[in-house]
Amino acid sequence: MSEAVIYGLVVGATVGLAAGYLGAIMVLEKMALVGDALSHVALPGLALGVLYNFNPLAGGFIFLFVSAVLIWHLGRVTKLSFETLVGAAFTLALAIGILLFGDNLDALETALFGDIAQVGLTSAVAAMVISIAVIFLTRLVYRRIVLGLISEELAVSKGINIGRINLLYLLLVSLIVAMGIQITGTLLVGFLVVTPAAAARTISASLSRYFTLSSIFGAISAISGILLSSYFSILPGPLVVISGIAIFAAVIIIRWRTKFTS
Amino acid sequence: MKALDNFILRVSNLSIDVSNQKIIDNLSFETKRGVTLAIVGPNGAGKTTLFRALLNLIPYKGKIEWSEKVKIGYVPQILSVRDIPISVKEFLSFKNESESDITAVLASVGLDSEVVVNKSLGVLSGGQLRRVLIAWAIVDRPNVLLFDEPTSGVDLDSEEAIYGMLKRLTEQNKITLLLISHDLHIVREYSDYALALNKCLVFFGESKEVMDPAVQKLIYGEPICKEYGEARV
Repeated sequence: MSEAVIYGLVVGATVGLAAGYLGAIMVLEKMALVGDALSHVALPGLALGVLYNFNPLAGGFIFLFVSAVLIWHLGRVTKLSFETLVGAAFTLALAIGILLFGDNLDALETALFGDIAQVGLTSAVAAMVISIAVIFLTRLVYRRIVLGLISEELAVSKGINIGRINLLYLLLVSLIVAMGIQITGTLLVGFLVVTPAAAARTISASLSRYFTLSSIFGAISAISGILLSSYFSILPGPLVVISGIAIFAAVIIIRWRTKFTS
Repeated sequence: MKALDNFILRVSNLSIDVSNQKIIDNLSFETKRGVTLAIVGPNGAGKTTLFRALLNLIPYKGKIEWSEKVKIGYVPQILSVRDIPISVKEFLSFKNESESDITAVLASVGLDSEVVVNKSLGVLSGGQLRRVLIAWAIVDRPNVLLFDEPTSGVDLDSEEAIYGMLKRLTEQNKITLLLISHDLHIVREYSDYALALNKCLVFFGESKEVMDPAVQKLIYGEPICKEYGEARV
């Protein structure tokens, strides 16, 4: 197994865990498609990184976070839904990103679909540290977010500042999506935030089980996709997605059979 | 928070506008400790808005004064719990993580902890869910409870049982209860005083009076606003 694959596995496992954890909240907020679309907003930032020789992931993260905050603020001002604004922003970002990449098609392909060969020791360590920090921070605030989902009034009456927590949440999502782009690319990274949580949701009666399963499914999807990609020498992104969908399908079938036979 | 003599809550000249529309107009009343005050009135009268102002959730004009050391438990009318995989234990532990307190509070609302504590809120019956919400409101030992239609979505038998239990809990623990209800029979049976709101104060008196047709005409008829000074218990 090559060094790049080992580093890729470290990134996949840790980012998969963190993405599953964060995605659990996104699915509860009924923002699964928003999370997916939002991830595409990273493309212009990645392009600027390639054009001006700085870390494309940093560019992607900055674009993601600034866009998410802008969209969140515009939503408050215009009263348009988050989905509507993200829908407009992500197509614009894709268009700008493609224009910025110009004829650098290799870099565009890497940005869209990921490239595990480019994952080095620094990326692996950064992904590990960031993922652990994201899980830790999400653990600190997830109960407040969930209370806000149950009733915004209840949350505010307990002194919870929902606006500030949502902002922190957007920051964490932006960080993890930027990390995940290395493996799956911008087109498929939204999967890591959505599908593991959707699978976990169908078989969970408690928050602790839901968040744990979502994280585990996220990590398994990423690890198995990367291993398969290494074995078959093809892009990891689609295989990560297919692994995750296989988990989702298995969970649905098991649940259906349990329901049918009980 | 101020010393309010024997009063736990004093509302003076409260006015609330939402989207340039007057929802509450110049409302004043006072409440003593330990009483149950029912807030009644037609739909759109401003009852829930009043609660939101009492909890400082929305901007308002006028003055709302709670006495010192007040601790408020609140349960809104609408909660989105059906789509969230959260167990009863996890929900209650948002406010109090002590397992023994959770077991005790569930028992006090008539629920067997062993049976419900690990169940998802989404699978509880309407009556069980309302009892869990009451448990949520009292699990951190408040001295004031604000309930917005505490039995909405439950059948008549469960409704009576829940109000009976609520009355027992508030009397035992000397809790001041502010209660929004549409049901005047419930108001008469389970509250001490009634405040009728129809944007302004239209009636304030003992709860047994709400069955009087003349009072019902005041509550549900054309609003005739009462002056401050009459609304004091």
